[in-house]
Amino acid sequence: MLTWFVRRLFQASFVVLAMTLIVFIGVHVIGNPVDILISPEADQAERARVIADFGLDQPLWKQYALFLNGALHGDLGRSFVFNEPALRLIGGRMPATLELAVTAVLMSVCFGVPLGLYAGLKPDGFLGRSIMAGSILGFSLPTFWVGLMLIMVFAVQLGWLPSTGRGTTAALFGIQWSFLTWDGLRHMFMPALNLSLFNISLVMRLTRAGVRETLPMDYIKFARAKGLSPARVIFVHVLKNIMIPVVTVVGLELGSTIAFAVVTESVFAWPGMGKLIIDSINVLDRPVIVAYLMMIVLLFITINLVVDILYTILDPRVRLETKA
Amino acid sequence: MVWGLRASARAIAILAATSLTAAGLPAVGMSAWAQTLTIASSAPVTAMDPHYHTLTPNESAHAHIYDRLIDTDADGNLIPGLALSWIAKDDLTWELKLREAKFHDGTPFTAEDVVYTLARVPRVKNSPASFQIYTRSVVATEIIDPHTILLKTATPYPILPYDLLQVFMIPHTLGADPATEDFNNGKHAIGTGPFRFVSYQPGNRILMDRNDTYWGAKPYWEHVDYRIISNEAARTAAVLSGDVGVIEFVPPADLTKLRGDARVSLSEVVSNRSIYLWLDHAHTGPSAFVTGPNGEVLDKNPLKDLRVRQALSLAVNRAGIVDRVMEGAALPTKQYLRPGNRVHIDSLKADPYQPDRAKALLAEAGYPNGLRMTIHGPNDRYVNDSKIIQAVAQMWQRIGVQTTVETIPWSSYATRAGKQEFSAFLLGWGVAGGEGTNPLRAQLATWNPERGLGTANRGRYSNPAFDALLDKAMVTMDTGARDALVKQATQLAMDDVPVIMLHLQKNIWATRKGLTYRARVDEETRATDVMEVK
Repeated sequence: MLTWFVRRLFQASFVVLAMTLIVFIGVHVIGNPVDILISPEADQAERARVIADFGLDQPLWKQYALFLNGALHGDLGRSFVFNEPALRLIGGRMPATLELAVTAVLMSVCFGVPLGLYAGLKPDGFLGRSIMAGSILGFSLPTFWVGLMLIMVFAVQLGWLPSTGRGTTAALFGIQWSFLTWDGLRHMFMPALNLSLFNISLVMRLTRAGVRETLPMDYIKFARAKGLSPARVIFVHVLKNIMIPVVTVVGLELGSTIAFAVVTESVFAWPGMGKLIIDSINVLDRPVIVAYLMMIVLLFITINLVVDILYTILDPRVRLETKA
Repeated sequence: MVWGLRASARAIAILAATSLTAAGLPAVGMSAWAQTLTIASSAPVTAMDPHYHTLTPNESAHAHIYDRLIDTDADGNLIPGLALSWIAKDDLTWELKLREAKFHDGTPFTAEDVVYTLARVPRVKNSPASFQIYTRSVVATEIIDPHTILLKTATPYPILPYDLLQVFMIPHTLGADPATEDFNNGKHAIGTGPFRFVSYQPGNRILMDRNDTYWGAKPYWEHVDYRIISNEAARTAAVLSGDVGVIEFVPPADLTKLRGDARVSLSEVVSNRSIYLWLDHAHTGPSAFVTGPNGEVLDKNPLKDLRVRQALSLAVNRAGIVDRVMEGAALPTKQYLRPGNRVHIDSLKADPYQPDRAKALLAEAGYPNGLRMTIHGPNDRYVNDSKIIQAVAQMWQRIGVQTTVETIPWSSYATRAGKQEFSAFLLGWGVAGGEGTNPLRAQLATWNPERGLGTANRGRYSNPAFDALLDKAMVTMDTGARDALVKQATQLAMDDVPVIMLHLQKNIWATRKGLTYRARVDEETRATDVMEVK
């Protein structure tokens, strides 16, 4: 277990290092942040000052070395645009994205698993067929379109929910969360639903496929023959066995929901990290881009780790290490 | 992926607005509206430090909390801010009389605060775009009494009042080198403005409360919720649903529908933001993206020939672009400043659409079979930027210039345009204060970074006769004489077609029914200009 863990950690740090190098070279090739940020009326002295302030007067390899040195000391640099430490800037936006993503993933499990289970048990019923047909829409409709339609219907036409923004927040552990207030929840419902629509469909289809595959198995027949209640057969014997693919997908989707919530965030003016990273890319705010991507890489690595551990709990046959 | 997304979101906005016309008015708690105004701004405010970043969205938000010495009214005329009067005592000395005002913390505003502010501006750390360019002309200050101050310049500097438009006053009690972070967390966000700072969440919202000790007319709104909604469709939806009271930069695509919608009212004004095509003046040899009709390399740059530039300008149907691409949200122009500005030349009209004359001019210049060109432009910077150059390319095609279009994200475009890599390329220039020499100095003066001239002259246009006139205007203290020189220089340059001027954008706001906004030339969205209709 320990060697496995250490090996994983080693791989992770290599991925992070490679990623920072790619971003450094990539941003350098795209353009010069000074050309975008500086007032076009500025004279040469002012231009030279900004370039020196940002450290862009150094050769690229030296900028990278300085960055690595800072990173080892926990300093990922200051945003060119906001003049705040990049980590603090991202940290300030993170709660908004996290609560949105977690709510969306919870929604996808809460709606997806029961619906998928039903569709798997009654594949030929009208409801079962409708669920499957509906999931196709969930897959294929573009997120921004669904988001705008939600706003049009529920905010503009019916006036039930607020159109955009994050609403009132309340503090928990010194961080502002919107799920603690009624107004905050009202603001969160539409973006979370919008973000989860794809995942609901995905989880639903996976669950249905799993159920259809498991039901004809011998051990299910045996459990039935033994006279176990249908509830026990479904929830213990069927459901537990189909959870492996569902957990994998939910885990991976949590990562991508956090990392790529940008579409939903911009349609609903949700002040999360996704909007920050897009704005930062537009003005080549390199410290923020690097810090954000490093964080996302770490996030994916952590999620994969958790998923691997969950496997062993769900299926005792899975081992983390294969003895050679 | 992101660029495509933006374009599709825009397309959807049209669709969304179409489906809106039949919708009813949502219920809104009217009692809350009486005191709170929610503004949806279009771009992030990068700091609450008024001297950190020269950026219109920042200035728009800061104008609520801080005051300038000299301000502008909605039409762009200079009006007293914290200074009651500004007079040039001699060529090198300005005398400013200051008004009685109080900072939000209760300390009175005096000449000492002016001295402190001017000294602080160039010392702001890590500023990506410093306000120092607006204060550098002042080499010395002298306090006569607490409400009279002299500002001295090294050379005659007639446009100082316009530079002071950009500088917000902060109290000297903040001490040596206050940090930008302390403005963001509210500790130092102290001004004399109509609203007090409550909180700032970067990229999300700024909350402000009325300043009851404000020196001017008492602000109508008790609370201001200044939100950032960058997505155009979301901004339109927010005002239609009544979630916000006023939105700025209404997307042209939604204009037609919003004009007929009873739930909102629009206010608009022609701005000083011009959109034009730069032409390559830098290369005397072949220009990178101009070739002969069959792709053959030319021995010289045809864009150096006035007749070619005139032909390219006459080939553009500006009325068509304004009508079809901009949905009426623009005005064809041949100069940088709007009609009504003091240096606008009424007789200098936008070039007419004359494709036949354009063809003749091309033939006369030695290109009877036309040319082959590429127009470059950003796709995420100006209103309908990529559509504009597509339209121009089709129009050039008609006079025999085979034109292709290449659009590039601004982050990459800005650098390449600054390196003279393109032959014909779209840019815009906004003159917030409406000062006459500004576009001439930055755009058309011969590139001279040491003197701060031609800093935005990306086509490297150079005309000694024009430079001489401009130099003279810049040291002429008499307003009337200076205006005449500026007009003369403008006429001289524009007759030479250094750029192909297209149009001036309109600034458009939409307000929830029951509110009106007095449209401002300088693009700022101010709570004090939002009124309730009784």
